[in-house]
Amino acid sequence: MSWVLSALLFWIAAWALNWAIARSPFHVTRAARILVPVIFGMAVLALWEGLVRGLGVSPVILPPPSDVAARFAAETGTLWEDFSQTVLKGALSGYVLGAMAALLTAIAIDRSAFLTRGLLPIGNFVAALPIVGIAPILVSWFGFDWQSKAAVVVVMVFFPILVNTVQGLAEASAMQKDLMRTYAAGYWQTLLKLRLPAAMPFVFNGLKIATTLALIGAIVAEYFGSPTRGMGFRISTGVGSLSIDLVWAEIAVAALTGSVVYGLVALAEKRVTFWHPSQRKT
Amino acid sequence: MTRFLPVLTVLLAILALWVLAVAPMNIWQALDLAEREGVAVTPDDARTRSETSAFVLMTRNPGEIGRGYSLDRPRLPTPVQVGRELWKTTGAMAMKGRAFSKRSLIFHGWVTLQSTLFGFALGTLVGILGAVAIVYSRTIEMSVMPWAIISQTVPIVALAPMIIVLSSQIGIEGRALPKAIISAYLCFFPVLVGMVKGLRSPSREQLDLLRTYNTPRLAEFLKLRLPASVPYLFTSLKVGIAAALVGTIVGELPTGAISGLGARILIGDQFGTPLAIWSALFAAAILAGVLVTLLGWLQGVTLKRMGVRP
Repeated sequence: MSWVLSALLFWIAAWALNWAIARSPFHVTRAARILVPVIFGMAVLALWEGLVRGLGVSPVILPPPSDVAARFAAETGTLWEDFSQTVLKGALSGYVLGAMAALLTAIAIDRSAFLTRGLLPIGNFVAALPIVGIAPILVSWFGFDWQSKAAVVVVMVFFPILVNTVQGLAEASAMQKDLMRTYAAGYWQTLLKLRLPAAMPFVFNGLKIATTLALIGAIVAEYFGSPTRGMGFRISTGVGSLSIDLVWAEIAVAALTGSVVYGLVALAEKRVTFWHPSQRKT
Repeated sequence: MTRFLPVLTVLLAILALWVLAVAPMNIWQALDLAEREGVAVTPDDARTRSETSAFVLMTRNPGEIGRGYSLDRPRLPTPVQVGRELWKTTGAMAMKGRAFSKRSLIFHGWVTLQSTLFGFALGTLVGILGAVAIVYSRTIEMSVMPWAIISQTVPIVALAPMIIVLSSQIGIEGRALPKAIISAYLCFFPVLVGMVKGLRSPSREQLDLLRTYNTPRLAEFLKLRLPASVPYLFTSLKVGIAAALVGTIVGELPTGAISGLGARILIGDQFGTPLAIWSALFAAAILAGVLVTLLGWLQGVTLKRMGVRP
């Protein structure tokens, strides 16, 4: 019982602290913006730990976070092997290929207004479809290793990036294009110096959406057959053999990877589109 | 017409590419079949053929390419085959009065639709309540909002088998609830973000006006913030329902589901029947299209009634 009580106490204390910070004049500072969610996250973990230990929940159903952390520390070798198989080989190569293909396709069809008008609705529609479903087809085409995972990722990230890039390329205003004309800029100069930079906020929007999709694609594809390593493989076999703490460790790796990659893309966006109003410091 | 012509052209181009791709994709299977039927093919050994590229095989055996378009278990089925399979498992079965038999896609689509709507309702509710809490409490906004964003960078599929096993061990029968949780997880975020934007969309002047009327906060919420958020809500609902469908199908993919479109894909993969996979995929696409169109229509009607749109 003491576990539950102390967890609840910690939970209440954390909320009180957060409430105090949010009320205080410091709530606009960067430190508070980081501290408050961190305290909230710690409170959730403490509540989880306390409830699981205090109520005696079987570790087969839900292991306490401390067990997951211990397993994480003990199995770093396995986790790294899975990470490099799923993320570095499958997701990353597919992401890069898919993004390049989408960018090039967008630039190619952008020259024809007819194609753009035809492809945009279709791309929008396809981007909303459950494309993960093609995973078994691509696994049977490209085999069990990472190539099939990369193929799934290519298809999944292609449409969101394509649609966003096409929209972004239409972003430069007539005035700006006229200015380029008065400078006697050709098609390529206008593209490189005006329209591509102007499209970048949209492109990054697509790239950000695609980061999560890439991880989802690479993991789901492993449910349909993979060599005996990879995060999806470990999760599906771990659930079957009831080593749930290892599964949670894999989920932690996936969550961490997703957040870090998203953060990296957001950072690159900040560097590239520093001129955009949304990046302005208020 | 000016809107549909380009779309139609692109669609036809995609179909043509698809039909063209069938020949090289299926050439190995076509030649194996021809060899079994006693037709002379070059090279005449299946192993050397599997190491030869598709285009070499096609130029050496031009007469056998046609077989690739009528295989039982093709690597890549033709659009006609997929369409026929779709009709066989939906319309044809409905006409025989067996629309809800276990082999009909109408039945599986219905199962998927149920969980999707359930998860959609759950996710929308969580999203709206979360948005209200965030708009009215800075503490909650500062604590929860960053985690809501992080939650979307977590690949939910990693959690999917986990949620299913967990709920079965706690003793929840059936898979409807775990599937709904997964789809709610995917669809709450767009609703949350849209609603926060919408509830904050009333201008300073509008809020001040209500204050001069001495309006209670509840009335301010009901009469100003909520109506102002409706256009934002519908935009995010359209994103949300598509996400909910993706979530349901992901929830049906792993670990032995038996009904639902995702389960059809899984079963098609296990039994090596590509046509079943393709028809389930297209059924899912049609379902997504219908749901988004319905919401778009609802959006138009509601906004017209509210006077937002002429």
